[in-house]
Amino acid sequence: MSQNQTRSGNTVPGSIAQIGIITKYTFLDYFRSRRFLVLVVITALIGILLTAAIGYYRPQALIADSLSFYSSWWGNITTFVIILTGIFFGGDAISGEFQNKTGYFSIPNPIRRSSIYVGKFLAALIASTLILAIFTVITIGNGLYYFPSGIPSQFGESLLFSWSYLVAVLGFTFFFSSVFKSSAISILVTVILFLFGFNIIDVVVSAFAHVEPWFILTYGAAILSSVFTVPYPPHVNTINAGPITLTTYVATIPEGLAIMILYFAVTIVLGLVFFERKEFT
Amino acid sequence: MASYTGPSIEAINLSKKFGEFPAVSNLNLKIEGAKCVGFLGPNGAGKTTTLKMFTCLIRASSGQALINGINVRTNTKAALASVGTLIETPEIYPALTPREGLRMIAEIRGVPAEEREKRIENAVNEVRMGEWIDKRVGKFSKGMKQRICIAVALLSDPEILILDEPTTGLDPRGMSEVRGIVKSLKSKKRLIFMSSHLLNEVSEICDEVAMIDHGKLIVYDTIANVAAKVSGGANTVEVGVLHPIDQKLLAGKIAKLEGIVSADKRDDRTLTLRFQGGLDVQERLLAELVKLNIGVVSFKPASLELEDAYLKLIQATL
Repeated sequence: MSQNQTRSGNTVPGSIAQIGIITKYTFLDYFRSRRFLVLVVITALIGILLTAAIGYYRPQALIADSLSFYSSWWGNITTFVIILTGIFFGGDAISGEFQNKTGYFSIPNPIRRSSIYVGKFLAALIASTLILAIFTVITIGNGLYYFPSGIPSQFGESLLFSWSYLVAVLGFTFFFSSVFKSSAISILVTVILFLFGFNIIDVVVSAFAHVEPWFILTYGAAILSSVFTVPYPPHVNTINAGPITLTTYVATIPEGLAIMILYFAVTIVLGLVFFERKEFT
Repeated sequence: MASYTGPSIEAINLSKKFGEFPAVSNLNLKIEGAKCVGFLGPNGAGKTTTLKMFTCLIRASSGQALINGINVRTNTKAALASVGTLIETPEIYPALTPREGLRMIAEIRGVPAEEREKRIENAVNEVRMGEWIDKRVGKFSKGMKQRICIAVALLSDPEILILDEPTTGLDPRGMSEVRGIVKSLKSKKRLIFMSSHLLNEVSEICDEVAMIDHGKLIVYDTIANVAAKVSGGANTVEVGVLHPIDQKLLAGKIAKLEGIVSADKRDDRTLTLRFQGGLDVQERLLAELVKLNIGVVSFKPASLELEDAYLKLIQATL
């Protein structure tokens, strides 16, 4: 009898298979949850409001050409949708195991905590991707209505960057969710950072200190809207406003991708370390 | 690794500190074989902390927690493969049904696919939650969740059960049913390690008790021996008889049986016998009472004995 085989003839599956099991049931829980429904409704509402507003006002700057359309619609709104899904599905993914006591159900089993962590991450990623897909369909639907000749290739690139950003945001939210035992605190910290903190640091560091904010995730994520500008915007812009010189930076595509990948890699590993060490006291 | 001799739980110098506070201090305890062991102690004694160290919910500051000789910290999967647990009142993911929650655990534990559904239904029926098996857990009461979690603990037919106050949150009927379930599990060659505040519950279900206070083990022995230790060697049993007992018989033959310290009637059909000695004397007394043809229908250690022992031992550590 192997160590992972029990008297009753059960053979505990390998860690990869267990990740799949956690993913399957966590996704089922997410999919049926009220938060998923709320996100679908919010995403649909955003789409409907944009559709109605553009249909009614028909702003020339926006419907002049397909790049302007996708840039304004997708480039401006997607990051908000992504942050929202990241907070909804990642904000309490790990802290909820402690606060809601679901960890007492999942942890005392023959399974590694890392399998639970990765499984929950994948479930959150699938659920978030579904929300992003809904917004993508609404965007493409409107885009084809105004520009039936086709979808610009830049939209495909931006979609890929958006998904990369989603992965990085989820890694980040999982990290905060692992650090705090309270779901409310982890969600609050994530909201403050993504909606205010990163942007403020970005402006202060680049405009006044003249330092490229390569360490800010939202700076890297700007590539998902910059890609619609042809030619691609210059890396550095300096504006002289009287005695003050302001500098703005635009991440290049490789730089933006590297920032998102690094953010994901570092936060997912740190989050896992915190989760491994955290105790159910 | 030593040859396998049956289910076992072992704490070797097991300690846990929260900051400077020692919740468990150098706990050494080895429980082997199919039996039910009650884990007793006052609030804050370290019972739940100990059970959490055995189930990987918290990590030991030092020492080892072994299950079937396997260190739960370094080889979690192998150690917990044979263990069913119920620590506090776990929450199942609220949008899942009991069937789905149990299916998830069954898959994690590698219950063969062809047996899975049958085992799930049996486990849920055993805790009398069959009619709720396909309803979402989110709106269940605490007692209902507790029952489902007991079903989860039984699901993989584990040879070791670690239960932390399993009747907490249940109504009197539920408590009685859970006690019945735990008792029925004893007959299935399992090692059950169960913490409880309810001494009558432990007296009724358990064969042995381990008492802990201030994070330190005070005693680990059979209930009769623990009771004997604190009562100067005297134990008490309650004997139920079919017919009203004759006073002459009580004062005569029964009171004069070897080892009897005192023999009293609690009521017409219940005797309280105090005797010197342990389980061997208890066994002999039962045989002799049966020979007296007084219609013995029950014979059990008095629940108050454990309470007396508990109070004396815990008081001694204050």
